Amino acid sequence: MTDTTSLPAGPLIKGKLSRDDLIMRGGMMVIALYLVVTLAFPLWAMLSKSFSTYRIELSQYEFQVSDDNGVFSGTILNGTQLNTETGAYTDQELSTGSDGRLSVTPFFPDFSFRSPVMYKIRNTVPDGRFLIGSNLQKGTDWVELDSNTFRRVQLRPIKATGVENFANYFSTPALFNSVKNSIWIAIVSTIITVTLAFWFAYALNRSCMRFTGMFRLVAMAPILVPSLLPGIALVYLFGNQGMLKELLFGASIYGPIGIVIGSVFFTFPHAFLIISTALAISDARLYEAASSLRSTPWRTFWTVTIPGARYGLISAAFVVFNLVITDFGLPKVIGGQFNVLAVDIYKQVIGQQNFEMGAVVSVVLVVPAILAFAIDRLVQSKQVALLSARSVPYRPKPHPKTDRIMLIYCSMVALFIVGMLAVCQFAALIKFWPYDLSLSLNNYQFDKMDGGGWGSYFNSIKMALLTAVIGTSIIFFGAYLVEKSNGFKTGRALFQMFAMLPMAIPGMVLGLAYIFFFNNPSNPLNAIYGTMAILVICSVTHFYTVSHLTAVTALKQMDTEFESVSASLKQPTMKLFARVTVPVCLPAILDISIYLFVNAMTTVSAVVFLYSPKTTLASIAVLNMDDAGDIAPAAAMGMMIFYTNAAARILHLIASKGILSRTQAWRSR
Amino acid sequence: MLKKTSPGDLYLSIQDLWKAFGEFLALRDISLDINEGEFICFLGPSGCGKTTLLRAIAGLDLQTKGTVMQDGKDVSNLPPSERDFGIVFQSYALFPNLTIEKNIAFGLENTGRSKSEIAVRVAELLNLVGLPDQGSKYPAQLSGGQQQRIALARAIATNPGLLLLDEPLSALDAKVRVHLRHEIKELQRKLGVTTVMVTHDQEEALAMADRIVVMNHGVIEQVGTPTEIYRHPSNLFVADFIGAMNQLPAVAGDAETLELGGSILKCEPHSLQKGNRIVAAVRPEDIIPHGEGARSPDAPDVITTPENAFEVLITEMEFLGSFWRCRLSHQIFGAKELIGDFSINAVRRLGLEAGGQMMIELPRNRLMAFTPAEEG
Repeated sequence: MTDTTSLPAGPLIKGKLSRDDLIMRGGMMVIALYLVVTLAFPLWAMLSKSFSTYRIELSQYEFQVSDDNGVFSGTILNGTQLNTETGAYTDQELSTGSDGRLSVTPFFPDFSFRSPVMYKIRNTVPDGRFLIGSNLQKGTDWVELDSNTFRRVQLRPIKATGVENFANYFSTPALFNSVKNSIWIAIVSTIITVTLAFWFAYALNRSCMRFTGMFRLVAMAPILVPSLLPGIALVYLFGNQGMLKELLFGASIYGPIGIVIGSVFFTFPHAFLIISTALAISDARLYEAASSLRSTPWRTFWTVTIPGARYGLISAAFVVFNLVITDFGLPKVIGGQFNVLAVDIYKQVIGQQNFEMGAVVSVVLVVPAILAFAIDRLVQSKQVALLSARSVPYRPKPHPKTDRIMLIYCSMVALFIVGMLAVCQFAALIKFWPYDLSLSLNNYQFDKMDGGGWGSYFNSIKMALLTAVIGTSIIFFGAYLVEKSNGFKTGRALFQMFAMLPMAIPGMVLGLAYIFFFNNPSNPLNAIYGTMAILVICSVTHFYTVSHLTAVTALKQMDTEFESVSASLKQPTMKLFARVTVPVCLPAILDISIYLFVNAMTTVSAVVFLYSPKTTLASIAVLNMDDAGDIAPAAAMGMMIFYTNAAARILHLIASKGILSRTQAWRSR
Repeated sequence: MLKKTSPGDLYLSIQDLWKAFGEFLALRDISLDINEGEFICFLGPSGCGKTTLLRAIAGLDLQTKGTVMQDGKDVSNLPPSERDFGIVFQSYALFPNLTIEKNIAFGLENTGRSKSEIAVRVAELLNLVGLPDQGSKYPAQLSGGQQQRIALARAIATNPGLLLLDEPLSALDAKVRVHLRHEIKELQRKLGVTTVMVTHDQEEALAMADRIVVMNHGVIEQVGTPTEIYRHPSNLFVADFIGAMNQLPAVAGDAETLELGGSILKCEPHSLQKGNRIVAAVRPEDIIPHGEGARSPDAPDVITTPENAFEVLITEMEFLGSFWRCRLSHQIFGAKELIGDFSINAVRRLGLEAGGQMMIELPRNRLMAFTPAEEG
């Protein structure tokens, strides 16, 4: 008898790939390549930028000075030596950015551009560089210049790799303080938001109060506006000329208070959704057991309700933390002198043109963002394991007193949300706050303001539509390929990893990384810089992960044997995809597209570095008009985004219902 | 499909097939020949490799080593789309958003058939599976059994040379299952299509298969017709897995005897070494009940006829509807009890009752000797 305990030697069977296998692997490679180019490469470019240091190496230059007759004595002067003698530049001045330039005349105290003295200059190393006017001089040959030309000589820095940027960052208190500020703000906002959202979700899921549908709707409203809109509302309420300024008792809304209130507003729906899901899946049998053991409601709350929802709470906390710490729009509008990381990136890049330092701050910001993201993923994977098929859904019983308290509480939260939006709408319609309170539509004449006018609004719609259509196609198809193709395990695992990465990358960081990567003249993709294309690509990549997960969840519910059946019937997999997969997953596909549309309409952080005068966007216009002091038009534009998104949602709802009733007839028995 | 073979010829040949999942060997050196028109069942406990073998035949999960020849052609490394088979899964895998007609027509499209030809073929198939007027419904509107028939119709629509059934009946109610297994068998006979079915239900395999392939731990334990497998299991695993089997520790005697608790009993011929520890096995329904009257009047203590007979104590009786299950004890069984299934008639005729004595016979051609499991 032959040995059956181990595989015999000899060649293994190597499967022949079918046409479908090739198409699917090819498709997967294309989408993986898309992710590499739009995500991995830019991030790599940013990382290497953060480690790039630029320094003017004086020792690499030599000079000669003639007498008044233009005769050179032959004495050669070294740059370092000259600087030591004259003390012209401090060491810090020699550390510079990629655009650094250094004039050489301070080395010569007797220098006058009218004198007949001649000067010679040369590089001592072949890769040394200096400018005469705008002409770059390389090589080690001596260049003889008259004094009038010599004053136009500028030394250029040498690029090196090192951690100096980081050392510089951590030794500059003004910069380093932002880390503390950001974390502090994020923690406080997280605690407040999660607490508010928990009780709100609890009231909606566990009490018999009325109007739950309406409250659910209101709770989701902040998702439809850019994160900086609550900032504008707060300026109107508590700013220097605010309606309720006295309520702050002299404290300023510009700073941590404003950021926290605004953050609570815009992160509330995210926390509410997660916690609500966690509370909805609780098992009624546990409550029956608790009441049969005569547990007090308070004890039941702490031993059943909270443990059941703990994964939801933890997950919500990390999501909110991540949203707050990476948010740019809100602290930009209401932060005042209170610096946070995301705004620092913007200031370094746009304000000071210090790209290296912008990259450094980005790297610093990515660390807490990735940590929060990783923990959230871990927690969410445990949440799934909690679901059991035998769970009995909990049905709350009427409890007039509690129900009334819950109703009052929810009304207050709803009032906060609706109030913020109403203030913005009100402000947009007032002629000139606070002096002329008559209503007018003047603030809607965007063309008279900074920010690109109505054009940016239509650009935004175009961008959001393109993002929704292109993004949904790429993401759903990519998810299908990675879920349903055979073999190719490493490739698929790698693809999954790439698909998860965007969630961990803050928008500011992604946008900045795009500058470094796509604005590089030697990049063949340089042409898309400054176009609509880069905005769409950036948005698709930025919001890839959530969409991908939605698609994967929907695809996992499909019978795994559909592809096998189709192959056995000798039908191309793409026919199955078009005829069965897409129609069955249509609800998920519509969800992905509306998610992409709404986010593309409201995003500020990712695109703030990437728009051009031709591709201004509504959300950026809000930012720029606010920056220019046109706060009322900014509020008006912010509300336009709100109404557009609300309309898109309603359209989506109608379309879903219409399409579902036509194509999903099979769902009903 | 044009076939080179005719009924009874070799159609599917599997040689030296191995499948490894990392370190784990799911299939170990499997060789098997299947003839044209045969109905074959892969039977075994879960995890025995039967589904893995089916998927290797289909090309859905390629084997690590070994060849699969189908209809004289080496298909070992071909993807499923280049092989010739239809398949039915336990989950039916009907496309939920397509009507029954569209589901069945799915494989007929793009094959050069005109729309009307397809419609005719679909109607024919719906008739064949006995659901002629359900074509415009969606799968969710049909019962499980009906859905499985549609899955079957879809699988045979293109007249594949090989039909693969992966636990097709497991998701159905017991009654529907019995009814449908009969129908599938009928259909298979009518079409004459070579069929391989995977099942863990021995009753299903016994009722449907022309030949059963019993598998365990990635190897084939025995191949044979249902009666061969049942009557002459080649080892203790098969004996135990198919039907019920009493097992008693014993010692091998010469070629046709074994020693049970000191008594020499006649048994089926075996090739076990004399004196080795063995397992004596007999099925409950093969034990023959005898009345007191069968005892020899000359020497009341010694039972001479019938052979292999002894007097046992009935410790317990359980009424199972169509028969009685009795627990029988005797000193030569040791601590173990023998289970005997006796007809209601016999129980009434012999007046059997718990606590009473009865005479049983272990027929020599039904008493088998096996190597104990640890060594097998």
